[in-house]
Amino acid sequence: MRRKRGGALAAIAMAGVLAMAGCAKDSGGDGNQAAGDGGGGEPGSCVTNEAPAAPEGSATEKTTEHGDVDASDHKIGLAFDVGGRGDASFNDAAAAGVDRAVEDFGAEKGSESPAASTESEAAKEQRLRQMAEQGNNPIIAVGFAYAEAVGKVAPQYPDTEFALVDDNSVDEKNVTPLVFAEEEGSFLAGVAAAYKTSECQVGFVGGVKTPLIQKFQAGFQQGVEAAGGDNIEVKSEYLTPAGDISGFNDPAKANVKSKSMISQGSDVLFHAAGASGQGVFEAAAANDALAIGVDSDQYKQKTLADVKDVIVTSMLKKVDVAVYDYIAAVAEGDPDDLPKRFDLSVNGVGYSKSNPAIEDVTEELEGYKKAIVDGDIEVSDTPEG
Amino acid sequence: MINWRTALLPPALAIIFAMLLSSVALLISGANPLEAFATMGAQLFHGNTAVSTVNLAIVYYLAGLAAAIGFQMNVFNIGVEGQYRFAAVVAAIVGAWMELPPVLHVIAILLVAMFSGALYALLPALLKVYRGVSEVITTIMLNSIVFGIVAFLINPEQFGVLHGNNLSTAEIAPSGRIPGIPLGEAGTLFGFIVIAGALGYGYWFMLTRTRFGFELKASGESKTAAAAGGVSAKKMTLAAMLLSGAVAGLVAMPELLGRDYVYAMTATQGYGFTGLAVALLGRNHPAGIAFGALLWAFLDRSAVSLESIGIPSEIATIMQGTIVLSVVVAYEIVRRADLAAEQRRVGRAGRNGQPAGVAEGGAV
Repeated sequence: MRRKRGGALAAIAMAGVLAMAGCAKDSGGDGNQAAGDGGGGEPGSCVTNEAPAAPEGSATEKTTEHGDVDASDHKIGLAFDVGGRGDASFNDAAAAGVDRAVEDFGAEKGSESPAASTESEAAKEQRLRQMAEQGNNPIIAVGFAYAEAVGKVAPQYPDTEFALVDDNSVDEKNVTPLVFAEEEGSFLAGVAAAYKTSECQVGFVGGVKTPLIQKFQAGFQQGVEAAGGDNIEVKSEYLTPAGDISGFNDPAKANVKSKSMISQGSDVLFHAAGASGQGVFEAAAANDALAIGVDSDQYKQKTLADVKDVIVTSMLKKVDVAVYDYIAAVAEGDPDDLPKRFDLSVNGVGYSKSNPAIEDVTEELEGYKKAIVDGDIEVSDTPEG
Repeated sequence: MINWRTALLPPALAIIFAMLLSSVALLISGANPLEAFATMGAQLFHGNTAVSTVNLAIVYYLAGLAAAIGFQMNVFNIGVEGQYRFAAVVAAIVGAWMELPPVLHVIAILLVAMFSGALYALLPALLKVYRGVSEVITTIMLNSIVFGIVAFLINPEQFGVLHGNNLSTAEIAPSGRIPGIPLGEAGTLFGFIVIAGALGYGYWFMLTRTRFGFELKASGESKTAAAAGGVSAKKMTLAAMLLSGAVAGLVAMPELLGRDYVYAMTATQGYGFTGLAVALLGRNHPAGIAFGALLWAFLDRSAVSLESIGIPSEIATIMQGTIVLSVVVAYEIVRRADLAAEQRRVGRAGRNGQPAGVAEGGAV
């Protein structure tokens, strides 16, 4: 009996090894036959529609100034989603917002803890309770996975303020939702892609097929269509189905998918795949394609320095700004004054201009941005088809 | 006859060894092990942690039982994970759709869950029995496939409902819920604990008091010997796999019917794998599995409480890992020590000039 079980274990180990070998083989390089040698023309030649007029004057970013906010009697608790600090994505953005608030407003840094990937609902509740009991106030829960836990714990601690990133389904007095218009920022990414493609085909790589990531896809598709009409084709791929969060942390898989999209003719790829994005950038760099980053300005990210030239721009989702503003609002006693949704009009989402390669189309992008802010263009948050 | 020394010594040794090993890990990371262990112990007296530990243990217990049924027949059902998730999503959808009076509704949902779990175990079982395909391989593959099935079923185009950014099945009506046992400040215990206890008893009764249980164990020990005794190993393998799947189908039910009422995209995963470890810890004995489940749930909860004193929660994972590893080693050591003691005793008896009696281990 014992020997047989040993055999079974050996079989598992073998299966694991085989799977890994399979992956390793997949990520081996090939396929330079991609973009560049097709029939396509110049960048910009695929655009069929004229951009709305850019606003007069310079496109200065207006940022809310918080002069002398004093948050020294606030201890900030930060409950991360899976990944925690160092995920180069939205956990990091939230952490950056807290760090800035600590520096600028003198707030005290309280507890900070990441979720385990397989933890149960009760563990999230326990974490929030623990933070509340240790005197953290406000407590910032990062990710919609916390929605239910916040909904349960917040009423039990009426004197503690909670913020919930990416979810507005909790209706409690002391819960402030911090949600974003991902589709509006992604729309601009789509416009940028339309102006940058020479093959008239662009691609979207989503991490996990969830409603949240589908907003990025929806915005991107509409942006491309606004600029290029039917002339430009959008291919969309997801790394994993809903529920399998590994898609946010699988650069190798993203690399393979991106390569195949490039070899099928896409020459600008927009990713919304968290840490998997690195694989997209590497595929683009190896095959003369371009890529668009997500969440933060990925052109400036240290871990991506090798491939930064392919990152024409990044769709920005300013979780850091929202968190920073939220802490200021709590310190001033009125978190209800925050925008109900961080969209283009309040610069809650946007695009980055750090890569000089985007300069030749910023006028068009500003035009579209103005049109969205003014309400001339409405961006839907669900993808077609 | 239970030999208490053989039953209790190994887990105790394993826990002590795991504590020592994690102390080393704690010291290396610059933390105070005593403070860490004190925090882990103190959490039980804090808020509703004790009750939520038991609640989690109920889930682990079911997963452990499911795995243990397979182990009895020497079937390594790694697919508990896939079976419980498949059953959970199907039961949640059917449960939300059904309209039945209170008690019947719950029973119907539980039956659907058990049936779905068994159904998901049917394919590996058939492949194993009729084609000799290792159940380890097929169930691992089915674990992976279940991701796609769940994602498909909770899509709004099928049976899903979108709230906020999360997707889940529709809510099960109050008639289909299992009321909890309120313990005031300490929280609410899952009412499912009664069913889990009954299942544990049923498992014990089946194995030790029924012909079926005897045949199951016998063909697990030796297929050929059992076959010689007229027991069909094929039939037993099929039965063990399906029973294991049916119990696995219940794993998510305490939470579904006692707390969440929906099965969401963000529902916890991994209970099935924990079940394997828990069954191993409990040596497939119903009481042992209960102990293993409680210990495992306690360590899981500790992970969160350790965060509060700035100790990385991975320490709890290290402890879980070392406990499983050392339990296996400890059982083997104790078994050999017992064997050696037995031999010495028999040897002594022999030297005294009389042949050892049968009761003392001598030849007839």
